[in-house]
Amino acid sequence: MVDGGTVGEGTPDGADAVNAAADGGRTAGAGAGGGFIELDRVEKVFAVRRRTGLLRSERREVRAVDALSFTVARGEMVGYIGPNGAGKSTTVKMLTGILTPSGGRLRVAGIDPARERTRLAQRIGVVFGQRTTLWWDLPLIDSYRLMHRMYRIPRARYRENLDRCVELLELGDLLDVPVRQLSLGQRMRGDIAAALLHDPEVLYLDEPTIGLDVVSKARVREFLRDLNAERGTTVLLTTHDLQDIEQVCSRVMVIDHGRLVYDGPLAGLHEAGGSERVLVVDLERELPPIEAPPARVVRVEGPRQWLAFPAAQSAAPLVARIAAEHPLVDLSVREPDIEAVIARMYAATAPVTPP
Amino acid sequence: MELGPAGSGGREPGRLREGLRVYRLVAGAWIRSTMAYRASFVMTAFGNFASTALDFVAILLMFTRVDGLAGWSLPDVAFLYGLSATSFGLADLAVGSVEGLGRRVRDGTLDLLFLRPAPVLAQLAADRFALRRLGRITQGLLVLGWALAAVDVAWTPLKVLLMPVMVVSGGVIFGAVFVGGSAFQFAAQDASEVQNAFTYGGVTLLQYPPTVFARELVRGVTFVLPLAFVDWVPASYVLGRPLPLDLPAWTAFLPPLVAAVCCALAGLAWRAGVRSYRSTGS
Repeated sequence: MVDGGTVGEGTPDGADAVNAAADGGRTAGAGAGGGFIELDRVEKVFAVRRRTGLLRSERREVRAVDALSFTVARGEMVGYIGPNGAGKSTTVKMLTGILTPSGGRLRVAGIDPARERTRLAQRIGVVFGQRTTLWWDLPLIDSYRLMHRMYRIPRARYRENLDRCVELLELGDLLDVPVRQLSLGQRMRGDIAAALLHDPEVLYLDEPTIGLDVVSKARVREFLRDLNAERGTTVLLTTHDLQDIEQVCSRVMVIDHGRLVYDGPLAGLHEAGGSERVLVVDLERELPPIEAPPARVVRVEGPRQWLAFPAAQSAAPLVARIAAEHPLVDLSVREPDIEAVIARMYAATAPVTPP
Repeated sequence: MELGPAGSGGREPGRLREGLRVYRLVAGAWIRSTMAYRASFVMTAFGNFASTALDFVAILLMFTRVDGLAGWSLPDVAFLYGLSATSFGLADLAVGSVEGLGRRVRDGTLDLLFLRPAPVLAQLAADRFALRRLGRITQGLLVLGWALAAVDVAWTPLKVLLMPVMVVSGGVIFGAVFVGGSAFQFAAQDASEVQNAFTYGGVTLLQYPPTVFARELVRGVTFVLPLAFVDWVPASYVLGRPLPLDLPAWTAFLPPLVAAVCCALAGLAWRAGVRSYRSTGS
């Protein structure tokens, strides 16, 4: 393992400002309890070989995670977002002990995941939206029985947790169905239950609502909120769905190019990213562009007009004003695209500070 | 088993026990699931039996044209065949699933095994535990049984003792080849074909007398990849034939030692593979 001293070399000045920003978020969120998950200048460098000729290949280093520092307190619910290839999965893989960091210091519940993977496994739960941790060809209940014995969960505890999950996640009718025959939403609920049977102190979820219908998404989110409220389980959620964060997480961390570019509440993210929501209004007839500052019309198509307004601002007064002054037929609000917010945030040269 | 901390030597026995415990758990779940569809199990096991039996049919057909193969009679060759098929069948049943490593690396499902509090090798070996592979073992044992009745051997207690030792050591040697070959798939995920050349290729090779093959090949299979100790060397001793490469008679009792060395090397290769995977995540 590389020690902390060599890691800092070659880090551009901007990184310190970003880390300072991260520290600000940490003290706000962690309270007095200290960090349950602690990353100190963690980095992961991959050597990528690319074939350039029949026998020749070119070796290139890719810095997937670069001097990443953050702390998550016990019981926090944190959203971890960023564009594809930003380093989210790499971070989660290091947190769970799959990958060994190239440098820096990383602790989860005081354990170094790379060195004590199996001891850590007893204390964490992991759910991957795209892959199942269940045994594909076995009935759901068989996977749970295997977990029960593999994790050495005391019988009473196992029964209690299983019964609770079966009830809350509505798995009763699915227990005897082979996992491969479950729908995506059913499988996801089955996976979440499997990750919780051994009472993990922290739950990592990677895209837990991807591909789910609205009802299933709502059910998963509600379950996570309850879990956190009742058991105090720490939750780290990576997602592309801003609503997951909005409805579940009190804190959001944005990573891009392997670095933390934002750490703080979600509302601050919109402010920091200068993002806008769009109000789409259908009027009775074609009219000149509506004037309602700070909203501005960005597009007009017949009787339909698109108005952009700051995402941090409530839509209610704007809607009330337009409804009062114009013949309104219908309206809808479009949430800002998280990718766009992050792209804008990354493009901004100045380091971002949370409010 | 995969790598623990550098100073984990003292925990090895515990890890081995834990590995075996998890192996039994996972394999048990697969056996129960297989047994839920008995008819299907019987059919696939029979299919496994029949398809592997074709190898022996080929040998039988050959012997309708010739009386001996490089000086070996049909019962002698059947003896080799039975030993090789049974040993390989045991290894395939126990750890054959590790072959799927390359696919798991490619589709990312290998990562899931790292999330559980159990050695990855044990989980992987027990995954999709295929009881139908008993078909090959049954077939090998039947041929071996017939060969034992038909060969002309002056049995001594030592030779009788050597029989089970050969089968078990042979199984362990093949198992080590499976694991070592799979470890190579960490580096090259599409190397399973190369691995097949040594496992399936090896079992076919060992079904024919060593005298059929070029001396260089026999040398390689004895000293480099010591498959010769599965049957060629000890079986030649039992049959009272000269040992391949004029090896001394005592080498017929080496299979357990060779098996242990193979296991150690396969274990090291596996550790190196896991270490490189966890640092590159390829």
